Amino acid sequence: MSATASAKLKPPVGANDHIEGPAKAPVTLLEYGDYECPYCGEAYPIVKALQERLGDQVRLVFRNFPLAEAHPHAEHAAEAAEAAAAQGKFWEMHDLLYENQDALEDQDLVQYAEALKLDVPRFVKEMKAGAHLERVRADFSSGVRSGVNGTPTFFINGARHDGPFDLRSLLAAIEEAA
Amino acid sequence: MATETASKILPAGAAAPDFSLHSTPDQLVSLSDFRGAPLILAFYPADWSPVCGDQMALYNEVLAEFHKFKAAIVGISVDGSWCHAAFALDRKLHFPLLSDFEPKGGVARKYGAYRDSDGVTERALFVIDPKGTISWSYLSPVGVNPGADGILDALEALTSKK
Repeated sequence: MSATASAKLKPPVGANDHIEGPAKAPVTLLEYGDYECPYCGEAYPIVKALQERLGDQVRLVFRNFPLAEAHPHAEHAAEAAEAAAAQGKFWEMHDLLYENQDALEDQDLVQYAEALKLDVPRFVKEMKAGAHLERVRADFSSGVRSGVNGTPTFFINGARHDGPFDLRSLLAAIEEAA
Repeated sequence: MATETASKILPAGAAAPDFSLHSTPDQLVSLSDFRGAPLILAFYPADWSPVCGDQMALYNEVLAEFHKFKAAIVGISVDGSWCHAAFALDRKLHFPLLSDFEPKGGVARKYGAYRDSDGVTERALFVIDPKGTISWSYLSPVGVNPGADGILDALEALTSKK
């Protein structure tokens, strides 16, 4: 019984996911992340560097894993990214949130929506209604069932990456998987 | 590391050894308190591990999923109850942390979950059924947070067995 020894992604990457990079890329790097987590903030430029280095050899997928007890702004920030996704700007919002981790109050989120030229009334309405909360929670549950054990947790081609997440370690793990 | 620690923890089917440990400086918690519902015992090496979403913080976030199975969870380490109290307050934990403090690691040893070489408990998980029998156990490499998926799978199996 070693269910956790080889934690596997459940469900696999699908049409509902936020994906950056070609569908045919040999490597899929999936991150379960929390916008208020400082370690995810550390990982953010590393993932960018990795994408730059590997180009169309990698596709990046992001799923929400807000540690809402530890990080009071994390869940709303995740909802904001989903609200932006509903208007076709998920990655733009994702980047803004990680670049402004210390400013994640609700009014900050609205400012980011303005900066991205979103339909702001729609954004605010959806945030107030919690329109994307279910999606965020579904991501979280999928993470729990996939063996996510903290943030960030990376999966490389569906298998949990247990080592450190500096650029060199991630590149080595990716090379091994590809 | 597998050879060093393999299969020394109590396996599924074994009776869960009883214990009575401090959850706060003036409160004792016993295995028998949990009879009638599943219990998750999570041994972990130490309070204050320097990561977000360490093992205990993760379980704190997943409590609602455990409660769906009517399961309770307790964390156990050799830290003293004052240390646990400060840690639980800092991480806003909503479940008890037990002190396997005196004799040090006494309960962990009964479960085969003590690291003599380091003087701390292993990262070992046990799901105990409502009658007090271990229904699943798992020993994680001490540096790897095992997550919650194995626990949830075990709780699911326990529920479907009934």
